[in-house]
Amino acid sequence: MSDSIVIIDDLVKYFDISGGFLEQLQFKSGKVIRQKTEVKAVNGVSLEIKKGETLAVVGESGCGKSTLARTVIGLYPPTSGQVFYRGQRIDNLSPKQMLPYRRRMQMIFQDPYASLNPRKSVRQTLEEPIRFHMPKSNKKEVKERVAYVMKQVGVNPGWKDRFPHEFSGGQRQRIAIARSLVVDPGFIIADEPVSALDVSIQAQILNLLMDAQEERGLTYLFITHDLSVVRHIAARVAVMYLGTLCELATTAELYNNPRHPYTQALLSAIPAIDGRKKQHIRLPGEIPTPINLPKGCVFHGRCIHANDRCLNEIPVLLQVGDSSGSYVACHGVEEGRV
Amino acid sequence: MALLEVKNLEVSFALRYGDLVALDDVSFTLDKKERLGVVGESGAGKSVTGFAIINLISKPGKITQGEILFEGQRLDTLTEAEMRHIRGNRISMIFQDPMMTLNPVLTIGTQMVETLRAHRKISRKEAKKIAIRKLELVRIPSPARRLSQYPHEFSGGMRQRIIIAIALITDPSIIIADEPTTALDVTIQAEIMDLLQELCASEDMGLMLITHDLGVVAEVTERVLVMYAGKVIEMAKTSDLVANPLHPYSRGLINALPGYGKCDTANRLQQIPGSMPNLTEIAPGCSFHPRCDRCQDICKREVPKLRQMKDFASRFVSCHFAGQEPVK
Repeated sequence: MSDSIVIIDDLVKYFDISGGFLEQLQFKSGKVIRQKTEVKAVNGVSLEIKKGETLAVVGESGCGKSTLARTVIGLYPPTSGQVFYRGQRIDNLSPKQMLPYRRRMQMIFQDPYASLNPRKSVRQTLEEPIRFHMPKSNKKEVKERVAYVMKQVGVNPGWKDRFPHEFSGGQRQRIAIARSLVVDPGFIIADEPVSALDVSIQAQILNLLMDAQEERGLTYLFITHDLSVVRHIAARVAVMYLGTLCELATTAELYNNPRHPYTQALLSAIPAIDGRKKQHIRLPGEIPTPINLPKGCVFHGRCIHANDRCLNEIPVLLQVGDSSGSYVACHGVEEGRV
Repeated sequence: MALLEVKNLEVSFALRYGDLVALDDVSFTLDKKERLGVVGESGAGKSVTGFAIINLISKPGKITQGEILFEGQRLDTLTEAEMRHIRGNRISMIFQDPMMTLNPVLTIGTQMVETLRAHRKISRKEAKKIAIRKLELVRIPSPARRLSQYPHEFSGGMRQRIIIAIALITDPSIIIADEPTTALDVTIQAEIMDLLQELCASEDMGLMLITHDLGVVAEVTERVLVMYAGKVIEMAKTSDLVANPLHPYSRGLINALPGYGKCDTANRLQQIPGSMPNLTEIAPGCSFHPRCDRCQDICKREVPKLRQMKDFASRFVSCHFAGQEPVK
């Protein structure tokens, strides 16, 4: 366990969307009752992120991957469950106790047009976190640190007085990455960091993230929907569906030997450039709403292998294979049907 | 005769500080039943090409040169009234965001019947019958009941299928699809792409697929145009382009794809340095030369022509050194 930097234990996050008191009232079997409506975004996810690795969380829109990221870093309080950073529980800390961890854990967001303050110059954007988290550093140190990080992310330090609108999308994402790096974090959550960028820029940013990881020994939790990006950057992949983990495996294992029926469908849908005509596995139906989760396995309504057990019993993540560290939550795989 | 022929098309936008040339000397053809991909990064001019064909370039933009021929008829000189008989009738367009394309306050049925009755003199009852048939074609379950529902009652993938059904309702000869699956999840994207491909064959349509995703292009299309800064820089059979890209930009794009491109020893992707120039500040000579690894003096002076390659039929590249070994 000692090589884990972040441990997520049975994390649950529900959002109450029931609105005001009157909206919560419902008329049921002759009585007026008060009922809350909740979006069950994350339902009992457990993960261990090892020091220095890149763990990717993939899934389609609405599967709870971003909510998971935001709950781990403390932007949302969890409904239940625990988050540990280097053995210290951090989900129940007061804002003041949380401060040192806020410096150690940083986040990069998807849209660099929205995540940079348009009224602040690059210098102001990059100096603020240093001043806040390292109040003892003097002016010269702050300046040097900003220049060093700007150089590292490939933005000319001479442009420090420019504003975000003077940069292209790729350069803005570089600045957003610089902002997360200036305070020397150990763990970075990247939430779709290249999804808004063009292909040629995407490659530049992925390379930059990998370089920074090597130089600084960073650990990444990489949230994305793009399975080709995952294949390139991640060591291990967690596949989410409707708020639950359905498969966790090393990248090579997952792509060569996907076990969960949902993972198989997801991988078959990636458009392949090499012209091999793949048969897309067509999933029947639509993703159910996370307000009323299906009973049993959340995937059963769209799974061709579903039987009575899948309808009633929630599958748990079980280790499969020899020692590759693959985990699958599927009754079918457990029984050898799939 | 090709179904659609675009010859030396130039589109420019008259801005305060001068004319901005969004499309420069774009020529290509689309045959019956053919699936043509148009690929490039944002700002390359892919969408403008699509819009220009159905004359949807709005002011201050204008087609300043060239011809667009549809079944031998000039489209670019038609009046607005004449164009309305073509647009949405013979040539349909599908846009990226299925929520923005449908009118949220009208039922699906109203929107489908309205489209059909705008182009044909038929009764509502008959129009409804055709609408149901088209919804069946795009695999919407229980279409008769679905006709009276509103767009918000459908999921994103279903909405895009309804939009395809609306595009098909007048039995067009060409469908222009502008990033039809960019807003959708991969599993839904795969469904929509399979559907579009089947429909081209069964309904006798030409498809022009505009996208930034080379994977989608490789799976769906037969021929592809690669665009950069308003120009077509390579035109080839899709399989040829993927296997052996001749323009340095196409090669760079393919090599930069994670999971497919070539990686160096440290598992880094091959990247193209810099980014696409703003259309107001395109470099003289070849517009790609500031980012090109084999740039020579001639590239900085002369604009390369899109020329046919000797060894490949139907293959065109605009690079001074195309077909030659890299000079380094």
